Amino acid sequence: MNLSFFDQFTSPCLMGIPLTLISLMFPPLLFPSPKNRWLTNRLSTLQSWLLHLITKQLMTPLNQKGHKWALILTSLMMLLLTINLLGLLPYTFTPTTQLSMNMALAFPLWLATLLTGLRNQPSASLGHLLPEGTPTPLIPALILIETISLLIRPLALGVRLTANLTAGHLLIQLISTATIALLPIIPSISILTTMILLLLTILEVAVAMIQAYVFVLLLSLYLQENI
Amino acid sequence: GPLSERRLMDVKLGELPAWLATCDVSPQGLLAGVRKAWGSYYDKYINVKRGGPAGISMLLAGYCLLSYGWNYQHISKISFLGSV
Repeated sequence: MNLSFFDQFTSPCLMGIPLTLISLMFPPLLFPSPKNRWLTNRLSTLQSWLLHLITKQLMTPLNQKGHKWALILTSLMMLLLTINLLGLLPYTFTPTTQLSMNMALAFPLWLATLLTGLRNQPSASLGHLLPEGTPTPLIPALILIETISLLIRPLALGVRLTANLTAGHLLIQLISTATIALLPIIPSISILTTMILLLLTILEVAVAMIQAYVFVLLLSLYLQENI
Repeated sequence: GPLSERRLMDVKLGELPAWLATCDVSPQGLLAGVRKAWGSYYDKYINVKRGGPAGISMLLAGYCLLSYGWNYQHISKISFLGSV
């Protein structure tokens, strides 16, 4: 059987039983629920610190009504962060490399922000389609452009996450294949490629965290315009 | 005490099939067993006063091994790298 570099992205399957659900439900299990104690263990303390940091960061620009979204945005952030970071371990499966999963996350949430805006403040939310101070002749073209930009947002959200993670994993696989293949032939070049691999892994850790953050940040921005 | 109420670590090897027969294998029973196992792992390695990276690292290493096992059929067919 020929090796295709995209084989690492196939959903895991054990004897015909798809394991996607298990791999999706594993990351939430890593977060212990806080017990009724004043001083908990170090893991719970770290987790609470992280949750406070994320919630404060996301909720500061939002008004009172936007705070209803705190739970879903923070849990989405934790989920994406965990899934992305766990995918960097060897042999693991990253659900966020599947476009279907990212679109399933992005599209309903974006639609929710859009419908919230259209329902509660329709003229203000439609007013976002025309930036302030545009010259009059440009108005029709600009409204068209802004509408397209609005409608493409869920696609952009999903594809951004998918593409970044897929590209990162592919690069890691390609470079590690090159390293192993070069080892018997030119060991010095192999060492050089190992250095590149180490730097790339550090980059991938950063990208994993940044992409999760960007996804949730953009959603909160879309919410700010509409709530 | 009676066989059904002893923990797994206290059961002798010869009594293992009998102990397994007394287990509750309904979905609720299995779920309760998983919860108990997770609870004892958590209390022993993570929920300690001066914990470190060891508790979570063992869990993640186990996850890597599990994923390797799940992907074995696929990985073993790669021909150009020798053996896996």
